[in-house]
Amino acid sequence: MSGTSTPKSAGQSLPPPPAAPVTLRINGQDHHLELAPWTSLLDALREYAGLTGTKKGCDHGQCGACTVLVDGKRINSCLTLAVLQEGADITTIEGLGQEGNLHPLQQAFIDHDAFQCGYCTPGQICSAQGLINEGKAHTEDEIRELMSGNICRCGAYVGILNAVKEVVDKKSIALRS
Amino acid sequence: MNPFTLTRAESVDAAVRDFSGHDSSAYIGGGTNLLDLMKENVARPTHLVGLNKLPLTSIETTAEGGLRLGATATNADTAWHPDVQARYPLLSQAILAGASPQLRNMATNGGNLMQRTRCYYFYDLATPCNKREPGSGCSAIGGYNRIHAILGASEQCIATHPSDMCVALAALEAVVHVRGNGGERRIKFEDFHRLPGDAPEQDNTLKAGELIVALELPKKGFEKNFSYLKLRDRTSYAFALVSVAAALELDGTTIRDARLALGGVAHKPWRSPAAEDLLKGQPATEATFRKAAEASVEGAVGQGANDFKIELARRAIVRALKQAAAGGKATNVFNNSNP
Ligand SMILES: Cc1cc2nc3c(=O)[nH]c(=O)nc-3n(C[C@H](O)[C@H](O)[C@H](O)COP(=O)(O)OP(=O)(O)OC[C@H]3O[C@@H](n4cnc5c(N)ncnc54)[C@H](O)[C@@H]3O)c2cc1C
Ligand code: SF4
Ligand code: FES
Ligand code: FES
Repeated sequence: MSGTSTPKSAGQSLPPPPAAPVTLRINGQDHHLELAPWTSLLDALREYAGLTGTKKGCDHGQCGACTVLVDGKRINSCLTLAVLQEGADITTIEGLGQEGNLHPLQQAFIDHDAFQCGYCTPGQICSAQGLINEGKAHTEDEIRELMSGNICRCGAYVGILNAVKEVVDKKSIALRS
Repeated sequence: MNPFTLTRAESVDAAVRDFSGHDSSAYIGGGTNLLDLMKENVARPTHLVGLNKLPLTSIETTAEGGLRLGATATNADTAWHPDVQARYPLLSQAILAGASPQLRNMATNGGNLMQRTRCYYFYDLATPCNKREPGSGCSAIGGYNRIHAILGASEQCIATHPSDMCVALAALEAVVHVRGNGGERRIKFEDFHRLPGDAPEQDNTLKAGELIVALELPKKGFEKNFSYLKLRDRTSYAFALVSVAAALELDGTTIRDARLALGGVAHKPWRSPAAEDLLKGQPATEATFRKAAEASVEGAVGQGANDFKIELARRAIVRALKQAAAGGKATNVFNNSNP
């Protein structure tokens, strides 16, 4: 038999709406993309904007690998639609630091051996930046609790905690002086 | 995920109108439950009405001295709001015990009430489920039912409502403000979610197309003596097996007023008026708490794998009441389930 098969799902009586222009502001730059409404922010970043630093783990809000910042707040990019984020300021790991100009969290993750395979790391670092923006975590227990939305299958939690703690501490010392 | 169209509504009127203008519409708040269900093909709307541009994000004191929480305010903004923290710390604690910081940053107050059960069979298209497909049967009865209900279940469905926030809202006797084509109406929190009965496909009493616009908290916040105790398989980022919202008003060591609501045990946050009556006017002692715990689980039935929940609920109630009597402030603000 020849021909291609299209994915079938119930309720598919109408022709799907075509991709439409969507402008996403990512890391301070406008990206003009053509997206179907069901494109998740995560897929838009990785597949359409070419920013593959953000990772897809579970695609169901259960792991935190896809964490990005939207207007400074950390969210799971797999559980929002790109079209719903038009007009927002999106920051991905690529926007936090670059080679030769590492973000303090990136440097701290290296210094504290806070990863093994590195797959969860961009999400961990964006999440940690969100935690710092929120300003609610000061003790180790508070950091553990408020970093619990990021799973590390390599179990680098001890290093992650130490890395985040170091940057949180430096921040609060800087704020006090 | 099936194809769909999407519009972002700019006003409540436009949202309600847009919903009824399409065949199979759904509102989308934070998307954290709906998109998850759509990815599994459990939910298959062909039109989404986006709510994240609606002017429903404010949290304001009401004329009656209560607090009105906008339906599209996020769970995080609600939990960390100074008025919620100071006047309704039970609610703040319950919200912060749920999901993860990232999810709470997206999840809206309206969406939290409307989130669907985490019953594994409900998510699994390959198995019968009366909630997903009325009349097909319930795979959890006689199946694996560790997370299922011990109270108020029916022969059609033994699912639980998974929300933490709603357990606190039940204890605080919140009122849900909704808007439909016919105008606005108010639903008492205890009348919002329903028991499965013969219609497990209906989680609540919201009519098709009605939009939650706000949650109203009455003046009384039980801010001195409260506890949200959540017991689960790991201490963070997991749904409750059993949770307890306990709120006391004390006159010395005598209980003047009491509220008790349970999560993880029924199709809705579970309140037992008999248990609350056993607390009122009594000394705040372990003996009193035990009687209330016994009354709360009166009529509880295990399904096999969840039998443990009956004793767990009893003990959790006693512990939560003790914590509440000792003063809520003594417990960890993020998560008081840590001993
Ligand atoms: C991994 C994971 C872990 C979680 N853990 C917990 C937990 O421990 N405790 C807990 O309580 N919750 C937990 N949650 C659930 C989370 O709290 C809910 O998904 C969230 O509150 C839903 O809000 P939302 O705005 O994202 O809803 P959406 O996904 O946008 O919508 C959910 C439903 O509500 C409807 N809806 C949305 N807004 C309105 C409105 N204003 N009026 C009428 N209908 C509306 C939608 O049509 C949809 O049917 C978890 C979720 C995930 C993914
Ligand atoms: S318990 Fe309810 S949701 Fe779960 S399989 Fe049975 S009918 Fe479906
Ligand atoms: S990929 Fe988004 S949370 Fe796992
Ligand atoms: S470093 Fe491998 S998953 Fe975290």
